[in-house]
Amino acid sequence: MGVIQLKCQNGIAEADLDRLRAGDSVELTGQVISVRDASAARLAATVDAGQPLPISIEGQVLYAVGPSPPKPGQIIGSAGPTTTSRMARFLPALFKAGARAIIGKGEVHGEEAAPFLSHGAVYFGAIGGLGALLAKQISSTRIVAYEDLGPEALYALQIFAFPAVVIIDRHGGNFHETARARWRKA
Amino acid sequence: MSVLRDTIARLIVEANYNIPADVLQALRDAVEREESPLGRRTLEQLVRNYEVAAAERRPVCQDSGVAVVLLEVGQDVHWTGGSMQEAVYDGVREGTRVGYLRWSVTGDPTRMLKLSGQETPAVIHVDIVPGSDVKIMFASKGFGAENMSALKMFVPADGVPAITQFVLDTVDRAGANACPPIIVGLGIGGTFESAALLAKKAVLRPLDVRSARADIRQLEGELLERVNELGIGPQGFGGRVTALGVNIEVYPTHIAGLPVAVNLGCHSTRRMSATL
Repeated sequence: MGVIQLKCQNGIAEADLDRLRAGDSVELTGQVISVRDASAARLAATVDAGQPLPISIEGQVLYAVGPSPPKPGQIIGSAGPTTTSRMARFLPALFKAGARAIIGKGEVHGEEAAPFLSHGAVYFGAIGGLGALLAKQISSTRIVAYEDLGPEALYALQIFAFPAVVIIDRHGGNFHETARARWRKA
Repeated sequence: MSVLRDTIARLIVEANYNIPADVLQALRDAVEREESPLGRRTLEQLVRNYEVAAAERRPVCQDSGVAVVLLEVGQDVHWTGGSMQEAVYDGVREGTRVGYLRWSVTGDPTRMLKLSGQETPAVIHVDIVPGSDVKIMFASKGFGAENMSALKMFVPADGVPAITQFVLDTVDRAGANACPPIIVGLGIGGTFESAALLAKKAVLRPLDVRSARADIRQLEGELLERVNELGIGPQGFGGRVTALGVNIEVYPTHIAGLPVAVNLGCHSTRRMSATL
């Protein structure tokens, strides 16, 4: 199983997004912006109000995560993905503001998946419950805004060789749907 | 009460750093059983995650969950030094702080109040039993799987076939969101609220402890097989291992009723017990 290396330091390249197919294993290196229930809601409300965001998400990859606090000497505590579909209602606004992809966990179907296709965004699934290991793929953290939200604050995270699987691609593929159908008995 | 508080503080930290031995063993066994290459690789990473978390004393998952405390209190026990509830809350607060766990609980579910974000109420259930011991089953319940749990009031004529279908539908609907491979806790009987508590006790029962009733044990086995035929696989990436176990708890119910609750647990099941 080959692993595709993707760079997202200054956003993710359109050509890279085009070539991805649902089910591809990837490793991402660069910057991601954290989102969670409360921060995604605030970002979306800001976009909807036509106000400037605290950080440009143009071309950026989002990461659905609310990390645990670092121990002294650590960069970050545990930092695995959270359920993407809880933020689905905010994604149209975030895609409109230029976000090109989101890393999260869990399934996104139907109406919740439609904004991915209409905005040409990609959904990367990371492994839920892999928080201790995934924290090792994060080399720096910076709180950009919304510090009052605690673990849901807006972080810019530097990640390297961060493992994920393409769930929703730009060509109508949804890996959870095909994978589950393939392995289902009866 | 200081003993209870200190014990809770220790349990929340240790439970969040160390996955139970039975769950880790079930994941190792699942690696051998899984036919999907991506599923197998996913399971191997989960095992690695738990080994690293224990060795480096990191939370196994950033979601330190809601603290669920099942207390069996001997009827001869006499508490001194304050409120039992406060002792549990204080223990959760202390453990969350010293263990560098995430403040994962909001004090107001409506989010209408502005709170500190470091509220640590626990969900506490107390059974009064004979004797003079206090048995604690502590769990940090993550909400990826909790959110996908379900309860339904069936009627007697629906019977076991309806229960079976309800379990399959609930697991199928949860899919990857419950962080499979999952543990399925099935509570049958009692009343609306007690069915849910039965399901919670079931999902927190160790995987190597089967039901004392032979017919229920058989149903546990059959349901596990059916759930694993759904093809969801580790993280919904497809495969044979969707659940590590199906645990069932039953209780008498009304002649007109059949309450059924399905509480799902992610692979990152954090539980630890202690006796005072």
